[in-house]
Amino acid sequence: MITIAERINGMFLDVKKAIKEKNASIIHELAKRQTEAGATYLDINVGTAAADQHDAMRWLVETTQEAVKTPIAIDSQKLDVVKAGLEVVKNEVMINSSQGEPEDLDIYIPLAKEHNAALICLTMNKDGVPQDVDTRVEIAATIVGKVMEHGMDMDKVFIDPIILPVNVDQKQPGYMLEVFSQIKLLSDPQPHITVGLSNFSQGTKEKSLLNKTMLIMAVAAGLDTALMDVLDTDLMDAGICAEMVLNKQIYSDSFLKAARS
Amino acid sequence: MEIANVVEKCAGVVQEVTIGATKEEGGTRRKTVTIGGANSLPFMDFDGNPGHKPAIAIDVYDIPPEDWPEPLLKHYEDVVNNPANWAKRCAEEYGADLICLKLDGIHPDRGNKSADETVSTVKSILEAVDIPLIIWGCENNERDNEILPKVSEATKGEKCLIGGATQENYKTITAVCLADGHNLITQAPVDINIGKQINILVTDLGFPTDRIVMFQTTGALGYGIEYCYSIHERGRIAGLSGDRQMATPVICDVGHESWRAKESKASDSEAPQWGSFADRGIMWEAITAVTLIQSGVDIIRMYHPEAVSIVKEHIEKLT
Repeated sequence: MITIAERINGMFLDVKKAIKEKNASIIHELAKRQTEAGATYLDINVGTAAADQHDAMRWLVETTQEAVKTPIAIDSQKLDVVKAGLEVVKNEVMINSSQGEPEDLDIYIPLAKEHNAALICLTMNKDGVPQDVDTRVEIAATIVGKVMEHGMDMDKVFIDPIILPVNVDQKQPGYMLEVFSQIKLLSDPQPHITVGLSNFSQGTKEKSLLNKTMLIMAVAAGLDTALMDVLDTDLMDAGICAEMVLNKQIYSDSFLKAARS
Repeated sequence: MEIANVVEKCAGVVQEVTIGATKEEGGTRRKTVTIGGANSLPFMDFDGNPGHKPAIAIDVYDIPPEDWPEPLLKHYEDVVNNPANWAKRCAEEYGADLICLKLDGIHPDRGNKSADETVSTVKSILEAVDIPLIIWGCENNERDNEILPKVSEATKGEKCLIGGATQENYKTITAVCLADGHNLITQAPVDINIGKQINILVTDLGFPTDRIVMFQTTGALGYGIEYCYSIHERGRIAGLSGDRQMATPVICDVGHESWRAKESKASDSEAPQWGSFADRGIMWEAITAVTLIQSGVDIIRMYHPEAVSIVKEHIEKLT
């Protein structure tokens, strides 16, 4: 599966400190460890730590690139912070993320095309995060329509139906699985489907087990990528096993290793 | 109305592998053979780049074959005791892109030939022909591990394709091919899972993927060709979908498998209802080959010169 590694995020104290002190070695190590763990993309999010988010994004992208050639996901809700990251990125790149309003998509899709970037689009509109299946699928359809209108390669589009913490509303995980399969059913060619997996277990005990369980169920429903903790070996193994069980990867005795290479 | 683009784009590309080295590249070959490079299914040039055309290797043995039927043997009768002349004929008259030297004679039950004798056979072939060489052991682990390192060392720089590394016996041959700059055949018994596993094992030893050619034991027409076809096809689709361990070129053994079929061996008097003995084996070999090239194979090992020319003509028509 396509994994987007979540650890270079200013919400984590070590990264917050690294940004503040411009301590490159902390970022280098996180970039290398996550790459070795099998990350497809390294997500970079300045969080709320920095006074100057533009400067922090540029520094994080450049510092990460010093250590690895792994593709980078520039993660910000602010367009100008995303652009600051794009100015300095040399590795392959993903933009994380656009909202699902047509006027947002009309800005982000051309921007992604200009930089040959992949793009995460949230099924979220001006009313916020939908709580039901239908609105999420409707926004996904708007996204797919806009992608086709702009002639963007569907293989570079990642739809994120926004997973909520399980302890917030227990109906939501079931809705998510329904949304995954409906998006896959409605689109041809199909976009990727992704989620911010750690959000699912936010504020709970048994975080790793909950993430693992949700990941396996989600993969069965059509999810093929996630923003997740790639350093959780059991979680990565669970995702790889789920894809192998679905015959998306050929079994071999070393299949766990092969999937990370 | 705009017509929808139905091109099937692939995420992966089959590795390009070059066999043989010219003088400038440290070898003595006049020409080299490059295979692989596909990012579409075989011959689907409207979807992408189908890569290099399949190459034909003609087999030469280090001992005279024992059980070849007359319609086949008559083309080689005067050279079966001289592998160098045999190879020369395949290269100059029968249109081989590569020579595949099968070292049956080193097997303890079939001659138990020494390393020195084998090295001198290999060298005589390299002198007789200027096309690249495939060197295949006898599939007795002990003898292969004894002889192939000597052969590898003696041909250092020639960028031969040497085989085969199996799940049970891969370390010695992988190490010598790595050290001497040769390409390597990874071998599995018609088992896609083992095929993938052996590629992982040899790459773990540091062997580069752009020097690996996969071999799944071939099934001829009537003898498991469907199984073999579906494994090649599944492996190729996986490789094109981004599974790097499966994105290596494939070799198949059509000559040997076709000519041991009873349909190729039974004489006119034994099987009068099966059509002419003179043509049957050739057709068996040609049909096996033209079927398997659709499944995604990059080198076809063959025997009969007429079957070779039928298959070559067919490949030209498809490309």
